[in-house]
Amino acid sequence: MNPQGLDLQLRSTGQINLELALNCAPGEIVALIGPSGSGKTTLLRTLAGLYQDVDGVISCQGKVWLNSQRRICLKPEQRKVGLVFQQYALFPHLNALENLLLAMTHLPKPDRQSKALAMMERVNLAGLENRLPHELSGGQRQRVALARALSSEPDLLLLDEPFSAVDQVTRFRLRRELARLRKQIDIPIILVTHDLDEALQLADRICVLHHGQRLQMASPTELMQRPVSPDVARLLGLQNIFSGRVMEVEQDSLLVDWDGCSIRIAQSTSYQLGQEVTWIAPPQSILLQRPDRPVTGDSENPVAGTLTELVVMGPHASVRVTPNHAPELPLSFFIPLHYVERQQLHEGMAVSLSLKAHSLHVF
Amino acid sequence: MDWQALQISLKLAFWTSVLLFPVGIFVGRALAVRQLPFRPLIQSLIFLPLVLPPTVLGYYFLVAIAPDAALGSSWQWLTGRQLAFTFEGLLLVSLIANLPFAIQPVQNSFAAIDADVRDAARVCGLNFWQALWRVELPLAWPGLLSAFLLTFTHTLGEFGVVLMVGGNLEGETRTLSIAIYDEVQALNMTAAGQMSLLLLTLAFVSLLLVQWKTLRHLDKGRV
Repeated sequence: MNPQGLDLQLRSTGQINLELALNCAPGEIVALIGPSGSGKTTLLRTLAGLYQDVDGVISCQGKVWLNSQRRICLKPEQRKVGLVFQQYALFPHLNALENLLLAMTHLPKPDRQSKALAMMERVNLAGLENRLPHELSGGQRQRVALARALSSEPDLLLLDEPFSAVDQVTRFRLRRELARLRKQIDIPIILVTHDLDEALQLADRICVLHHGQRLQMASPTELMQRPVSPDVARLLGLQNIFSGRVMEVEQDSLLVDWDGCSIRIAQSTSYQLGQEVTWIAPPQSILLQRPDRPVTGDSENPVAGTLTELVVMGPHASVRVTPNHAPELPLSFFIPLHYVERQQLHEGMAVSLSLKAHSLHVF
Repeated sequence: MDWQALQISLKLAFWTSVLLFPVGIFVGRALAVRQLPFRPLIQSLIFLPLVLPPTVLGYYFLVAIAPDAALGSSWQWLTGRQLAFTFEGLLLVSLIANLPFAIQPVQNSFAAIDADVRDAARVCGLNFWQALWRVELPLAWPGLLSAFLLTFTHTLGEFGVVLMVGGNLEGETRTLSIAIYDEVQALNMTAAGQMSLLLLTLAFVSLLLVQWKTLRHLDKGRV
C-alpha cells in the first residue's frame, strides 16, 4: 500500500450499498461521479468519519483512519479532513473569520488570527472578514467554506458538489480558482459531482460509481474514449451505442457487421469471429459531410443517411442522422452552429457520415 | 400580599428551572438529533403532564412517595425525611410536571440546526463538547431561554399538583397560587387581586421576552 496519499478499501455494513477500493495521490484530484444514490456522498462521509457503518481500511498520508480488523476507527475530529459541504454548512452565528478560526483549534492561539487572515487573502476574500454568512453572496460563501476546510491543515480535502449551489457565471469562476489553488495543495483531493463537465475539467482521474461500486477509474480522456462497459458509457451520457457481429479479425482492427453495414474499428484486444459485440461511436469519431460536397481523401467507414433532426442549442446544433441501411438505429451528436450555416444543413437532406476507426470503441 | 408564599413560589420556580435546564439540553438534543429506538414512547411520556389533569399526576406521585413505596422509602432511607407535604416532594413533582416545557423548546431549536453544520463542527476538529459549546448551544439558545422562562412561569402558576402533593402548609408548601385560592375562599378579594396581578405580570413579561428573543433570532436571517 502506498503510504502517501489516500488508500481505501471499504464495504458497507449498513443499509447503503458501498463496496470499493480507491486511491488518490497527494495533489491529485479524483472526481467521483455517478447518479444520485450511487454512494458518492456516502463515500465522502465515510472518509470524513461521519458515516461509520463500514468495514475495511482507510489510510491517508501515512496514518491509519480506519482498520476494522485492528478495531481502529478515528472520529471525524481526529482525522484531519477538510470538507466543503454542498450547502457549505458555515456556522451561521460566526463571521467569516471566526468560521476559519474555529477550524484552527489545533494551532496555538496567538498564531490563529494571522493564519486565518492569510487564508482569507488566499481565497480572495480579504476585507470580508467581519461578514456573517448570510451577508455574503453564494460565491463568497463557497470561498469561506473552502478556506475553512483548508484552515484545519487537513491531510485530505473533500469537496461535495462544491459548485452546485451557485449560478453558472460564479461556477466557472470558482472552478478556475480551484484549478489554480490546487497547485499549492499537496494533499489528495476527492471531488464529488454529478456534473460530468466539472469532473472532466478539474479531475486528474474520474471514478464512476454505480450502486456503491466502482465501474471504472480512469483519466478523463481515457474514460470518454474507452468506457469499459455500455453501463459506464450510458452513465457518462454517451449516445450511439450499437451491437454488431465480428466479421473479420486483423492484428490491430476488427470488421464489425452493423446491421448490414461494415464498420472497421481499430482494436488490439482479441475477439472471435462471429462474436456479438457492443460498440460505441463517441462524439469525436463522427464526421458529417454533404454528399454533394465530398471532402478529398478516403472516407473512413462511410455511412449514408438522412438528416432527420436538427435542433439549434446555442452555439451548437443537436443532430440526428438516420442511416439508410438501418433507419431504426439513428446516430445523435452535436456539431458547431457555424458548420450548420456554412454547409446549409437542414432537416430531410441526404448526408453522409464518416466514422473514424481509431475513435470507435468496442466493449 | 403573602410574602412567604411568594418566596416559596419563586424558590420552587427557580430550582425547577435550574435543575431542568441541563435535562432539557441533553434530552431535547437527543430527541432532536439521535435516532432513538423508542422515540414515540419517550416523547409521549414527556408530553403526558401537559394533558393529564394535575390531580392524576398528583395521585400517582403520592402513591409513589408513600413511605412503603420504593421512591418514598429510599428517600426516607437517604434523608430521614418524608417526601409527602414537604418542599422537596413539591420540587420533585414540579420537575416531572414541567418536563414538556423544559424539553420541547430545546428539542425544536436543536432540530432546527442544519445537520451539516453539526457535522462541519466535528470535521473542523472540534470534539463533542467543543462542538456543543461553540456551535450548537449558541445556535439553540433562544430555545434554551424559552425553556427556562416557560418552566419558571409555569411553575409559578402550578396549582393542582401543588395542592395534591404539597398540601397547604404555610412556610413549607403554600405557594402564591394556593394563597390566592385561600384568599378567595376567605373572600379577601383585594389580597387575591394583588397576588393575581403579580402572577399575571410575571407570566406576560416572560412570554413577551420569549417571543421577542425568538423573533429577533429568526430575523437575523440564518443561513
